Amino acid sequence: MASRTGPLIAAGVAGGLALFVLAPLLAVAARAEGYALGPADWAAVRFTVVQAALSALMSVGLAIPVARAIARRRFAGRGAVIVLLGAPFLLPTVVAVLGLLAVFGRAGTLNTLLAWVGLPAVSVYGLHGVVLAHVFLNLPLAIRMILQGWQAIPAERLRLAMALGFGPAEVARHLERPMLREVVPGAAIVVFVICLTSFAVALTLGGGPRATTVELAIFQAVRFDFDLGRAALLAMIQFALSVVVAVLAWRLVQPAAFGAGLGRTVAMTAPKGWRRAMDAVVILAAVLFLLLPLLAVLMRGLPGLADLPDSVWPAAARSVGVALVSSAVTMAAALALALGVARGGRWAVVLDSAALVPLATSGLVLGVGLFVLVQPMLPPSQMALPVTVMVNAALSLPFAYRLLLPSARAMQADFGRLAMSLGLSGRARLRWMIWTLLARPLGFGAGLSAALSMGDLGVIALFAGDQGATLPLVVQRLTGAYRMQDAAGAALLLVTLSFALFWLFDHGGRRAAA
Amino acid sequence: MLQLDQVQLAQDGFSLRADWSVQAGQRIAVMGPSGAGKSTLLSAIAGFLMPRSGRILWNGADLATLSPGQRPLTILFQDQNLFPHLTVTQNIGLGLRPDLRLGPDEVARVVVALDRVGLTGLGARRPGQLSGGQAGRVALARALLRARPLLLLDEPFAALGPALKAEMLALVGQVAQETGATVLMVTHDPKDATAFATDIVLVADGVAAAPKDRAQMLSDPPPALRSYLG
Repeated sequence: MASRTGPLIAAGVAGGLALFVLAPLLAVAARAEGYALGPADWAAVRFTVVQAALSALMSVGLAIPVARAIARRRFAGRGAVIVLLGAPFLLPTVVAVLGLLAVFGRAGTLNTLLAWVGLPAVSVYGLHGVVLAHVFLNLPLAIRMILQGWQAIPAERLRLAMALGFGPAEVARHLERPMLREVVPGAAIVVFVICLTSFAVALTLGGGPRATTVELAIFQAVRFDFDLGRAALLAMIQFALSVVVAVLAWRLVQPAAFGAGLGRTVAMTAPKGWRRAMDAVVILAAVLFLLLPLLAVLMRGLPGLADLPDSVWPAAARSVGVALVSSAVTMAAALALALGVARGGRWAVVLDSAALVPLATSGLVLGVGLFVLVQPMLPPSQMALPVTVMVNAALSLPFAYRLLLPSARAMQADFGRLAMSLGLSGRARLRWMIWTLLARPLGFGAGLSAALSMGDLGVIALFAGDQGATLPLVVQRLTGAYRMQDAAGAALLLVTLSFALFWLFDHGGRRAAA
Repeated sequence: MLQLDQVQLAQDGFSLRADWSVQAGQRIAVMGPSGAGKSTLLSAIAGFLMPRSGRILWNGADLATLSPGQRPLTILFQDQNLFPHLTVTQNIGLGLRPDLRLGPDEVARVVVALDRVGLTGLGARRPGQLSGGQAGRVALARALLRARPLLLLDEPFAALGPALKAEMLALVGQVAQETGATVLMVTHDPKDATAFATDIVLVADGVAAAPKDRAQMLSDPPPALRSYLG
């Protein structure tokens, strides 16, 4: 009946993706030595689960009062706060860590204040540092997810509550708690999943036998011990962890809305009195917690920007290249899959599952697998950039796909038959229908995946030699060498480039859609 | 000639039989209760739904292998007949070339078609800037340019007021005459049938009955049509 090219491309993408994820796993399984875990391995597993659980609990626990305050209050700068809540998702992890070090680190603001009042200094390294960084990175996401829950309470029900003269206690009991019971577990599990594959944070703030995640242990086994067999075994463990949790999570959780729509105030009369003061304090504290580290990077980075180390510029160029290529690969693959699924038919389920396959793996697991595959043929450092591009593309594919799917479905429902009846197919269909109707999610998705890829520090650390580092890796190396001014300058450049890429794509998409 | 040869349609526990033919140039009103399968019948003829059995033929040739765009017909849906992001000219141009590589000749033909439907000078607008009646006219202008021998109308004017609807039906009549098209039109309103159709196909109780003369059907309706008309 219809054109066969679209379904063929979608099938090819799904097959290629499955191969790209599964082949490294098979390589890892073949290479893993012994299936007995040593005490250090068990410690890594324990630490991974414990820090992820703590991070999830704290992020969500802190997010609830903040989300409630934002939902029910109107104040100047409310829009700006919501924008701020979107920023950490795009913030490269190494930059966040650098900002946290500036505030909470050895010579940071906090310790300066403590010294002033004569208290002993606190260290930011170890479990609490890792959890702190994860809360910093994921609190905004948790707030946004819970805020959505508040806004999803039907206006009719709030009207009824007002008509019945509910006070804050009744509103909490009959409206808010039932909503939280539905939303909070999902938010917690999302944060848990993200922290389960934590690498860059553990690399910079953890380490040592007591604060090593499995991902970090994989990296150390490859880079420091040259023990690929053990790295492969650890990768199997990480894979098992991820699969169990990711499969559960992705089925249980509704995707968070990244885009617009959170600006609305919930139409309920907000309680006055001490609750009002409490809400103000909560919002202010959250904003300071999120903003101060960013400001610290800015303050420290600006002076350093003038004379950055020579290694920074080529690294920046490499990172931009990696980001552009991997975002193009991601969006092309995500578009093919989303269109295939939206078209329907019995293969839609298979394509849908294929798009989510990368969630079951992680950067370092894929990385070790590819390392094992590549090493016999080529020095891994030569493959650093292509491997980084492909791994980043694969890992951001599920998100891009989920962003595109609702629009692709709506397009198919509204205009699929019209396009068919007019014989609009192939390139004409792509150009005159898909390109414009999906421009917004395409632009947003491309921006998101470019920014994520730009800021990612994962597989590149495994492959890169002294030469050929990307910008996040340079920032991490400068931080590790305690060259804080240079690190902050490079970090500022990294943030600027990430946000610029995101803005360019997102803005481009909006313009094309208009 | 459109021929439905022992066609059996099935969709989600619903089924419909049809076994009749329509002569070229006939204008058929397809009537019957909601959910009886009027739109399903048009979907099948247009190629969006494969019959479970039987054949749909145009001038003796089986349409089964043709995709909707290749079939000798134009279909107007209840809504979404225009792409919101394309201009009126582009929307009409799709009827000439789906890749929209319109030469000067083709652009001129679009301009003439716009004139024909009374939308002179509105080519640069987008559907969002048009009224419901104007949007219907754009879709008809495209049908005019496509000039396919069969025109299927799945209640495209249902949302319009009576006067506007009568105007649009008159325009459909002109378009059909100019292109020599056979028309099948789904409608709920016996007045539409009176104003427009030569014959009526009654869809009820799992059967799309053969077309019968409109005047006769409306003056002496069969039981199913009688209970529908009330």
